[in-house]
Amino acid sequence: MGKGIPTADAGPTTTGNGDIKHRSKRDQKPRLLLMGLKRSGKTSISNVVFRKMTPSDTIFLDTTTTIQKEATHTFMDFQIWDLPGQIDYLDRSFDAESIFGGVGAMIWVLDALDNYMETVGHLTDTVFHLQQSYPSIKYSVFIHKIDCLTEDLRDDTVRDITQRITDDLYDVGLENPPISYHSTSIFDSSIFEAFSKVMQSLVPQLPVLESLLDTIGASCHFEKVYLFDVISKIYIASDTTSVDLRAYELCSDFINIIVDLSEVYGWHQETDFHEGEQLAALQAHGAESYVNNIKGYTLYLREINRNLSFIAISKDPAFDREKSLIDYNVGMLRDTLLKVLDYV
Amino acid sequence: MDNLKTKPAKKKILLMGKSGSGKSSMRSIIFSNFVAKDVRRLGATIDVEHAQFKFLGNLILNLWDCGGQDAFTETYLTSQKSHVFSEVGVLIYVFDTESRQFHSPNSKIDLDTYAHIINALHQYSPHAHVFCLVHKMDLVPNDRRDEFLDNKSILINHYSGGFKNAVRTYGTSIWDQTLYLAWGDIVQCLTPNLDLMRNYLSKLGQATKAEEIVLFERATFLRVTDVTTPTGEENPYSDRFERLSNLIKTFKHSLQMYTGQGASHPFGEFTISCPRFNLVLSRLTPNTYVLVVLPPGGMDLVNTRLNIMGVRDGLAALDQPG
Repeated sequence: MGKGIPTADAGPTTTGNGDIKHRSKRDQKPRLLLMGLKRSGKTSISNVVFRKMTPSDTIFLDTTTTIQKEATHTFMDFQIWDLPGQIDYLDRSFDAESIFGGVGAMIWVLDALDNYMETVGHLTDTVFHLQQSYPSIKYSVFIHKIDCLTEDLRDDTVRDITQRITDDLYDVGLENPPISYHSTSIFDSSIFEAFSKVMQSLVPQLPVLESLLDTIGASCHFEKVYLFDVISKIYIASDTTSVDLRAYELCSDFINIIVDLSEVYGWHQETDFHEGEQLAALQAHGAESYVNNIKGYTLYLREINRNLSFIAISKDPAFDREKSLIDYNVGMLRDTLLKVLDYV
Repeated sequence: MDNLKTKPAKKKILLMGKSGSGKSSMRSIIFSNFVAKDVRRLGATIDVEHAQFKFLGNLILNLWDCGGQDAFTETYLTSQKSHVFSEVGVLIYVFDTESRQFHSPNSKIDLDTYAHIINALHQYSPHAHVFCLVHKMDLVPNDRRDEFLDNKSILINHYSGGFKNAVRTYGTSIWDQTLYLAWGDIVQCLTPNLDLMRNYLSKLGQATKAEEIVLFERATFLRVTDVTTPTGEENPYSDRFERLSNLIKTFKHSLQMYTGQGASHPFGEFTISCPRFNLVLSRLTPNTYVLVVLPPGGMDLVNTRLNIMGVRDGLAALDQPG
């Protein structure tokens, strides 16, 4: 067991190097823990979401034996810690602070195919203990590999698990614990949807972002509006209409083709063609793209900054005519978003 | 000038190769909008499956997907010989990279069968084009692919009889864009009026100052023709056309997932403007899409659109049969 359970010095301090001002800011950057029994799919999830591994390749992954830390270069600097499932972290011999201190959210991966009594017990123990020392941690339970169950069994399984966890925690005196439940599978976009929700719980500006997106959706007649992290395809906010997996998939594929086309044709240096004010104006505007006449739908994308893009699906037949107005509105939204997200 | 307008040319394409080499799979992906992973649903082809595809309005591709089991091959070469091999426009012969009978000391059945077929073809259709696809290249390690393909091409050429040195060999895989490169070239050698189309495109290029213009067929998104300026030629991606076919086709699938099947035109216009390049992919004639890549800078979309409309009628006329 001496193998590689890190102590506190492997944490944020290594990045500090005396840069106190930055360190304090970096310490606020939340950490995400992936926990769950062994073979429940934690490493597969982090590889599929953050390393773009194809889902079918994940069967070749080895068992994780040490804590895998992965820094993500998304709109926020997260650290994802993938904890091996075979270790009891509540053991007193562990430096709990080094693992759980500064954690923003914990994802508990629960194998829907397994006999889940054991992991539910582990989970409630862990939540109960951590709630006492680290009350700010938010928990998400991924009821994973849900694709292996038949349609009619899925709802029952999710309901049963939810009920058991709630009851168990109620018995030890935890009412309304901060736990959310997602049924996931790496073979469709549900894992991205669930990760998006987890990430959103860590974005303090979320209510503001959502109301901004609602406003723009109403004023430009958009059906669905997302704020996407381009690299990971996680969305950090959307309007508050109901969740639509197909719309998410469409937007994610839209980003894919734009990224791929940019790779093929983006070989010019912008500085070769423009300089001074013109260049600045061009960069300030950001990339823009749209696809119209998709059986009455229009897709619209506007780059917010290097990481984030605004994507909307519109069903308004007057989109082409009102394009300049929409451009203006989205331009205003962009300025506001940059201020809200503190990038300016 | 009578030969400018051709009748809807009917071209016979033979698709042959050993059983299980992937003939029907590639046909389904290119012409029937299958996604690569769906082809495992396909069963073995029995005898010959005829399929007709309209390409660009004035070209009808009559595809003969010939089941590759030995018993069938036998009949193609004996009782059905004249029926199968006469008036062939293109023969596509598919080799399987995995086959152990390609050219080993004890067995070179693959190449022998190929040689027989080539002889039959030469007898009945001496002017046909021959394309050899070394398929399932994804199973060959990345660093050995070039060498592997070179060896195969030399051997294939050696056995090509009357078509020696006229055979074109491609390494293909349904999992990447190489499939589109081969098929793009295949349909290109059949398409009439290519020069006229290219003329229109270069006019469009001059008017819009585009770096590159590519014409795609609507249903397959195979490249019909393209015009590239010297600046555009500097693009480091030499495989970009087949990449584009692959990308746009994938995107078309996603759009159809959202809207439901059945749209003959998946979208109207697709534009990207960003600091490094500008791009318009727009529906041109009822059978084609055109991609116009413009240099960086404020894009004059309205003028580009007008210019595209300017060449539309001319190209649409070329599409019409008769």
